[in-house]
Amino acid sequence: MHNTVSPPTADAALIERLEAQARVIRRDIIKMTYTAQAGHPGGSLSSADILTALYFHVLRLDPKNPDWPQRDRFILSKGHGCPTLYACLARRGFYPLDQLYTLRQLGSMLQGHPHKGSPPGVETTSGSLGNGFAIAMGRALALKMNTSTSRVYVLLGDGECDEGIVWEAAMAAAKYNLDNLTAIVDRNRLQNDGNADEIMPLDPLDEKWRAFRWHVITIDGHDMCAILTALDAAKATKGQPTVIIANTIKGKGVSFMENNADWHGRAPTQAEYEQALAEIGGE
Amino acid sequence: MSRLWPRSGVSEMQKPIPTREAFGEVLAELGKEFTELVVVDCDISKGTRTVYFAKAYPERYINFGIAEQNAMCAAAGLALEGKLPLISTYAVFASMRAVEQIRTFICYDNLNVKIAVSHGGMNPSTDGVTHQASEDLGMLTTIPNLTVVAPADYYATRVLTRAALAWQGPVYLRFSKDPVPLVYTADDTFAIGKGKVLRDGSDVTLISNGDMLPVAVEAADMLAAQGVSVQLIDMHTVKPLDRELVLAAAQKTRRIVTIEDHQIHGGLGGAVAELLGEERPTPMRRIGLRDTFAESGPFNALLKKYHMDADAIVLAARELLGK
Repeated sequence: MHNTVSPPTADAALIERLEAQARVIRRDIIKMTYTAQAGHPGGSLSSADILTALYFHVLRLDPKNPDWPQRDRFILSKGHGCPTLYACLARRGFYPLDQLYTLRQLGSMLQGHPHKGSPPGVETTSGSLGNGFAIAMGRALALKMNTSTSRVYVLLGDGECDEGIVWEAAMAAAKYNLDNLTAIVDRNRLQNDGNADEIMPLDPLDEKWRAFRWHVITIDGHDMCAILTALDAAKATKGQPTVIIANTIKGKGVSFMENNADWHGRAPTQAEYEQALAEIGGE
Repeated sequence: MSRLWPRSGVSEMQKPIPTREAFGEVLAELGKEFTELVVVDCDISKGTRTVYFAKAYPERYINFGIAEQNAMCAAAGLALEGKLPLISTYAVFASMRAVEQIRTFICYDNLNVKIAVSHGGMNPSTDGVTHQASEDLGMLTTIPNLTVVAPADYYATRVLTRAALAWQGPVYLRFSKDPVPLVYTADDTFAIGKGKVLRDGSDVTLISNGDMLPVAVEAADMLAAQGVSVQLIDMHTVKPLDRELVLAAAQKTRRIVTIEDHQIHGGLGGAVAELLGEERPTPMRRIGLRDTFAESGPFNALLKKYHMDADAIVLAARELLGK
């Protein structure tokens, strides 16, 4: 066993607040993809708890000053999960909430995959997989050169780890001892064409990262307490970058979307939309 | 003496110099002026000559190993944090292996990244096709926001490298591996986006750049000896093209020959033909590779085999003149 974090007792009120916030984000994801009749609900829902923890507790941010130099940087390398990012940014006040439902419409700030600065708070263009992670590594290196205390967080999909550039960047992050860089792998074990274990087996994924000289933490990516604890441990790790392998469920929170690759890139019908919102609750 | 050599009685000081050498030399000098400049390499710093910068500024030198896609994205990341990254590799790797990273992660966000490559065109002549880049300009000139520059010689490279660092936005700078005869002197000036008229004439215009400019000079000499009045232009910036200069040349001489170390499609000849096709249809010939890969061999022999030498240029010009 290697650095598997058991959730300790955490601030119960904080956990409760973040769990409630994650329900709001999940509702937003369903509403956005339903309104757009496009997008990627499955992988957005699997990362909802992780992004909620980051945006509503961990990241040092100023929504009124999105380019504040001292901010922490979050990069959504799995750019197709952008409904989650857009919802978090709107709910944190980076841009007006009523813009959320313009996803993928002509003239909208909310592009089908993230474009830097659009909406405010999107740090990096992403969506062509693997590249956001390499950009995150470059930014972490630049911040080190500038002796900045800002941290860089980057979320990858597990299918994304098929890309060679991920491992090129992983080597580089270890070479330059980028302990200001934390990667989180949304390990939902499904990718576009189906079961990730069949399409391109990644196991042992933790051993792969360890062989690339990363500090590895494995958690349940829907356990808010475990997420916070792992992010704390990553921050405390010196001399090497940390990866958190977050075991998640694709489509988490909506029974008929859970563990179903068909929901990688399709939008709900009206009946599915209503059922999804009812299951998520929190209204 | 090289058959390419456009002058006689040259001194030791005028020996041909690879433009990559001029680039490496001036880059190390520019580190002082451009304090945010960071050089990003992919294990060929000796080949690209960024090794001089690495020695002068080790704390501003990053070598990502043989991983061009990662290096290109990392350069984007450095630019996003306010650095002035210059990434250096060979033309074929930057423009083809990492073209998506250039397009989506540098040019889409209009990041201030400089991509400076050696081994442009067939110039790494004996290395063969795997290391030659005869399609790079075609790959890159279709990408919005990107400026594409191919300096001709030692002096042009020194000035245009500095101009590229001072330019806001992404720039692709294309250099040669093999020595290129000097066309210019230390007094010559250059500006990105502005072609340079080397000679004025009224019968035909030769438009060239990069390591083909000395070949065009040789052809211009041969044509002049035959009584043809030749206008000769160095179009070092392929994008944005100096439209006014091309249109004025077409108006003046009514005959255009483009000469480049590239496929005839997508590069300088393509850009000139596209402009003239819309604005002022003009009889043209394009000198370059004609939808074929080249091969290993001495540069001069390749030019002859692929109909890109001075004789081929003269023939093309005479065809346009009906002689």
